[in-house]
Amino acid sequence: MSAQKITCSLTATTGLQETDSPLLPTRLMAILDSKTIIMGGGFAFIACVLVPILHLVLPVGHPLHLSDYFVTLIGKILCYAIVAVAFDLIWGYAGILSLGHGIFFALGGYAFGMYLMRGIGMDGNYHSHLPDFMVFLNWKSFPWYWVGSSHFLWALFLVIAVPALLALVFGFFAFRSRIRGVYFSIITQALTFACMLLFFRNETGFGGNNGFTDFKRILGYSITAPATRVTLFALSALMLLFTLFISRFLVTSKFGRVLTAIRDAESRVMFIGYNPVSFKLFIWTLSAVLCAIAGALYVPQVGIINPGEMSPANSIEIAIWVAVGGRGKLRGAVLGAFIVNLAKSWFTVSFPEYWLFFLGALFVLVTLYLPDGVVGLWEKTLHQLRRKGVTL
Amino acid sequence: MRIVTISLTLICLCLFIAARPVAALDSNLITRLASDDSDEKISAIHQLIEDDPAKAITILHALSDGQLALAGSRLIILNGDRASDAISGEKIETVPANTDAITINNRIRRIVATMLSSLDIFASDSKTRLNSARYLARNATFDSLPIIEKALQKETNPEIKNRLMVARSMASLGSSDAAVRLKAVAYLKNEATPATRQLLSALLVKNGDNWQEPDAAVRSTAQASLKEIDRKLAYGENLDRIFTGLSLGSLLLLAAMGLAITYGVMGIINMAHGELLMIGAYATYAVQAFFRLHFPEWINWYLPAALPCSFLAAAIVGMILERLVIRHLYGRPLETLLATWGLSLFLIQTVRTLFGAQNVEVANPVWMSGGITLLPSLVLPWNRIIIIGFAIAVLAGMWAILSLTRLGLFVRAVTQNRSMSGCLGVPTGKIDTLAFGLGAGIAGLGGLALSQVSNVGPDMGQGYIVDSFMVVVLGGVGQLAGAVWAALGLGVFSKILENWSGAVIAKIAVLVFIIVFIQKRPQGIFALKGRTVES
Repeated sequence: MSAQKITCSLTATTGLQETDSPLLPTRLMAILDSKTIIMGGGFAFIACVLVPILHLVLPVGHPLHLSDYFVTLIGKILCYAIVAVAFDLIWGYAGILSLGHGIFFALGGYAFGMYLMRGIGMDGNYHSHLPDFMVFLNWKSFPWYWVGSSHFLWALFLVIAVPALLALVFGFFAFRSRIRGVYFSIITQALTFACMLLFFRNETGFGGNNGFTDFKRILGYSITAPATRVTLFALSALMLLFTLFISRFLVTSKFGRVLTAIRDAESRVMFIGYNPVSFKLFIWTLSAVLCAIAGALYVPQVGIINPGEMSPANSIEIAIWVAVGGRGKLRGAVLGAFIVNLAKSWFTVSFPEYWLFFLGALFVLVTLYLPDGVVGLWEKTLHQLRRKGVTL
Repeated sequence: MRIVTISLTLICLCLFIAARPVAALDSNLITRLASDDSDEKISAIHQLIEDDPAKAITILHALSDGQLALAGSRLIILNGDRASDAISGEKIETVPANTDAITINNRIRRIVATMLSSLDIFASDSKTRLNSARYLARNATFDSLPIIEKALQKETNPEIKNRLMVARSMASLGSSDAAVRLKAVAYLKNEATPATRQLLSALLVKNGDNWQEPDAAVRSTAQASLKEIDRKLAYGENLDRIFTGLSLGSLLLLAAMGLAITYGVMGIINMAHGELLMIGAYATYAVQAFFRLHFPEWINWYLPAALPCSFLAAAIVGMILERLVIRHLYGRPLETLLATWGLSLFLIQTVRTLFGAQNVEVANPVWMSGGITLLPSLVLPWNRIIIIGFAIAVLAGMWAILSLTRLGLFVRAVTQNRSMSGCLGVPTGKIDTLAFGLGAGIAGLGGLALSQVSNVGPDMGQGYIVDSFMVVVLGGVGQLAGAVWAALGLGVFSKILENWSGAVIAKIAVLVFIIVFIQKRPQGIFALKGRTVES
């Protein structure tokens, strides 16, 4: 089965090499077919128009009113969905299983959290211009890496630059030494574990165990105001659409074909004359940046970021979102993030003691019986129905 | 008749001589003791101890409790409405009306307290004397010098004598005679403890223009002694660090050894390995609880009984996991990783449901507490020594199984060439299950060892999984020797680093080191050569 796959992807790659790359407008037309535009537009309409109306305009108690809890929960899951798509790019398409992706998410969150902490101003418990935890540590001034964090644009720059730099350096060394498969998984796990320990220290200057919390305002707006919440929600939705768009663009391009080929037979790709390092490094860094942006959107909505986000368990959970939805399928990643996280919030409220049983069983059953996830199952069923002559 | 008279006179004379100290106590000493001048009082206390240590204990107790009083020229102890003579000890029926209580200030109170705690040095029981001598060797001040001198004259036990010599040197640092101080400072180089170090370095402090120690010769000797002590202390500390590093390394080894079979030899990524450790630890806990309930008199020997139990419990769970899940994922390492992670969550929650989310208490048997004192600054605790020995024993057992038994032969054959072994009649499926069970069982033994030194709780395995993978990856896949060197090296390395930079930074440094190391040598320290590498 895998041999078949390899031949497919290889002919695709070599075939593409002979013809010139299609022009950008043509490519855009190809990925933005009418169905996609309708679905994307509908999604954007719901997120940017319908949800704000239902949340802000309708009074509390109206049957169609969306509660704070609901908006925050879905907003959070939208951020997770961005992470899932980013993760699918490297795992589903490039075959790199990272068990440390939570670190990029958390770094993005921390970088933006620094801005939010500065936004508290003098309103903290100690009424100091320093965040409470620094007052607690008896620090008199900000450490050097906090310089400029009160500027929104610098914070946005940090959100992208810090994780990108880490991913670039780490990825460069790892891919250059041809570390792959399980070895790569284990060292990424060690990386996130080490960073978690580092951030747990109070002296690191990121609030230690408690992390950042008690945010007050963002760009001058109150962070708890319904309008801010809905704006963040809409931004997360648009970011998810954007992520899906560039991911689709990449995976359907020649670049994406080479990536798939690397996933299936790295040595053969090298023999053909491609250098897998640059391909892997690009998609790895891009994935890290997308995760970081998701983290930056996540923190103001949830209102807290702490080193627990870097725990290996959190990172490995991302893999199960993608696996449940369907590895190597972009909408599968989104679907998986929604299924698993909705189940999680339902379980942890209704019967918390069974959540780990459920999650554990999910890991086992999906890997054993659903190698292509829910989307794969759906496609297979459709396929079989069509063969039997049933049209939908 | 004459003889009688002479002997009577002699007896009287003897009595008089024997009674002389008491007489001295009566007149001179009592007035000094009752005097308002603190220095007079202190010298009286010293003399009191020198004259009669046994009596001094009672009097000093009374003095520090404020019960000592002067009735005319008689020293009495007032206890509520009863009174007794402080010197003869006889009861006084009618409490004298005009008593004058002897009061003491804080300085004297402190001195009296030190004296009292050091007076045990005159006890007849050598154990009490040794304890007291040890106390003196830590807390001696110039005030206790007379006591120490007196005790040294009588002492015959070499160990106590040695302690007393140290105490004497420490005490004579306060002497006003430079020669005495010089001798003391020179002697103290034999006593390499942090306390002496502090004492000596205090001499070398300069207060404005004056040195704490005025004599230059004493200062230079102190400097030399200090250097010697520092050398000895550093030596002891380094040995201690290496030892704790070795014991940490053997714990890592125990945790990683099972992984060396399942991952290293069979190639299965088992993220539930930490949970197999946890099951071993809980099996130990269960055996301990069983002993408490049914054989309380044998409770100290529950560990030998827990050995097979923890091995079997983890091995059986491991074999069930292998049969139900892992078997279907051979050749798909990434999927195995995810599935076994799911299994680990499942096991954690199961244990949490059965035993509760709190840590359970697993006690060290009595024979594992205590330790061997090698140097004053180096004590090797028994439980760590036993764990090192245990790790060696398990390693030897595992080596024996893999290289001497038929099962081991089959395991190695299946790892090297599965289909060929199958053709030759090796039941490969059964061998997989048994080998996985063996690895899991060894993890269970690791859990037993862990239960003796760290907390036992449902989450305990999570902390070891990263470490154990690091050991196996660092050592090189498919290698027992590699795992041993990697575990011991990591243990010692991180302990030494820990002292230098703190525990968390040390851990991070070790992880970063491994990440960098794998970049350079992806196959570990001991790389397998040949065809098996690129599979």
